Amino acid sequence: MTNKLFVTGMAIVSVLAVMVLMAPVICRYDPVSINIKQALLAPSNAHIFGTDYLGRDLFSRVIYGGRVSMMIGLVAVMIALITGVVVGSISGYYGGVTDLVLMGVVDIMLCFPALFLILAVVAMLEPGIVNIMVIIGLTGWMGVARLVRAEILSLKNREFILTSRALGAGSARIIFKHLIPNAIAPVLVSAVLGVAGAVLLESSLSFLGLGVQLPSPSWGNILMEGKASLGVCWWPMAFPGLFILITVLGFNLLGEGLRQFFLPYKV
Amino acid sequence: MRHYLIRRIILTVPTIIGISLVSFVVIHLAPGNPVDSMTMLDPKVSFEAREKLMAQYGLDRPIYAQYMDWVRRIVFLDFGVSYRDGQKVIAKVAARAPVTLLINILSVLLILLIAIPIGAASAVRCGGLYDRFTTVIVFIGFAFPGFWLALLLMSLFGIRLGWLPVQGIVSLDFDTLTAVGKTVDVAMHLVLPVFVSCVGGIAGMSRYVRNNMLEILHKDYIKMARAKGIKERDVIYKHALGNAVLPIITILGLSVPGLIGGSVIFESVFGIPGMGRLFYESVMSRDYPVVMAVLVIGALLTLVGNLMADISYSVADPRVRYDK
Repeated sequence: MTNKLFVTGMAIVSVLAVMVLMAPVICRYDPVSINIKQALLAPSNAHIFGTDYLGRDLFSRVIYGGRVSMMIGLVAVMIALITGVVVGSISGYYGGVTDLVLMGVVDIMLCFPALFLILAVVAMLEPGIVNIMVIIGLTGWMGVARLVRAEILSLKNREFILTSRALGAGSARIIFKHLIPNAIAPVLVSAVLGVAGAVLLESSLSFLGLGVQLPSPSWGNILMEGKASLGVCWWPMAFPGLFILITVLGFNLLGEGLRQFFLPYKV
Repeated sequence: MRHYLIRRIILTVPTIIGISLVSFVVIHLAPGNPVDSMTMLDPKVSFEAREKLMAQYGLDRPIYAQYMDWVRRIVFLDFGVSYRDGQKVIAKVAARAPVTLLINILSVLLILLIAIPIGAASAVRCGGLYDRFTTVIVFIGFAFPGFWLALLLMSLFGIRLGWLPVQGIVSLDFDTLTAVGKTVDVAMHLVLPVFVSCVGGIAGMSRYVRNNMLEILHKDYIKMARAKGIKERDVIYKHALGNAVLPIITILGLSVPGLIGGSVIFESVFGIPGMGRLFYESVMSRDYPVVMAVLVIGALLTLVGNLMADISYSVADPRVRYDK
């Protein structure tokens, strides 16, 4: 079971990664150049995913959009991960008032429906790729923080930590050298699952028009444009959605596979 | 028990203060202010008129004073008036909230009704064909982007087949319908939104029930029950399932923000006049008072959801009470 989930997830993610990295090689058309005469062509050999209402090649848009969507997902998760690990380890290691305050902040942040908070912030600042990455990251670190804190609490009074303190290691050394590496497995799992969540969030935002701004393609905003031809033709809507589905599925499978590999005792 | 309750409730006070602070800060991240956006397109607005508008909305006062003012007012549910149409914010929210709550409650019920049996059956037949099949379906359901599902269902059932309405909550001829007709009409409009909003939940919840159930089926008291010769069906449905679904109370509490947040998406796809749509419209037009109100109310609903989940869980399972 472990291998199957992991291998399937890994295969999906690798194929997607190669596709978006090789975008300039595998795409025959420019993703943003408009050609009204070619508008809304059905999928054919020339345009395998068809064209959108402005005659842009949908395959190119989806692949280049994948670049944007996956990059946002990865960077957002990196931001969430760093924030979460820092907050969680400080909280778990120092305890006391520090812990109380930091976990209070986590509780407060968790009360906000993520999409409400993100939409409000995105609309107040300018929507754009950098802002979205930062905002998705900064609203998604709480789970990691709690996870790291719990791991560190369970580790910090183990013998090897006490030994290294007795040998004169400082707090920073203990946290970075001993605690964090030992707490990394569950963090890695939640990071991989987090990419799936971030890709979904980004596409929802772009779909609502508050994410990646046109003409830059992203899976969400291609779908937003595809919505206009709802009931007229299916292809502008079908392919970007399918790619979101496959990507999220791939990262989820990979994450679950890793979980079963690292943490088999938690079923 | 009373001790636990009191402590749990007191602990929410700092959280509530934090929620109000975060909401206030978020809105003031914006460059410019609503008076700018009201007057920008009109060159005839004089400097004095702008100053008057600023004063009228209290925007000329220091930021902490604005915050204190705002908090003092929202304690009495006074969220001010909308910048867009001058209506009372609380009235606008109150008009929009019932639809959102109705859809969310229906979808929670549906999630429980569908996910628990699927998850439990999956755990009992762990590793079998049924389990593998549902696992695949669950993973796909979990990965399905809600808005894409909404679009697909709209084009299939709404446009291609014409079975279900795709926009709004009532038909154009709603007022002419009989009471029964009205109910049927609303129900027809709710089918797709409720389904879309519960797909992810069904997937997640059934997975959760399955894993929980698997863990419990290996517990000693289950072996004990089997050893005593109790029928396998009773072991599963009486001894295991009850314990497996208990933690769902907590999960439900935790899923409140996701459900409320998700309403932004499906309400704007289906054109449903609920809180999510109101929030989206207000965000787009920088209607600060409404955005703040919905943010705060959304967060408070979550807080209440968590509180209720914690309390009912401690009633149901005495092991989790902190003390006595």
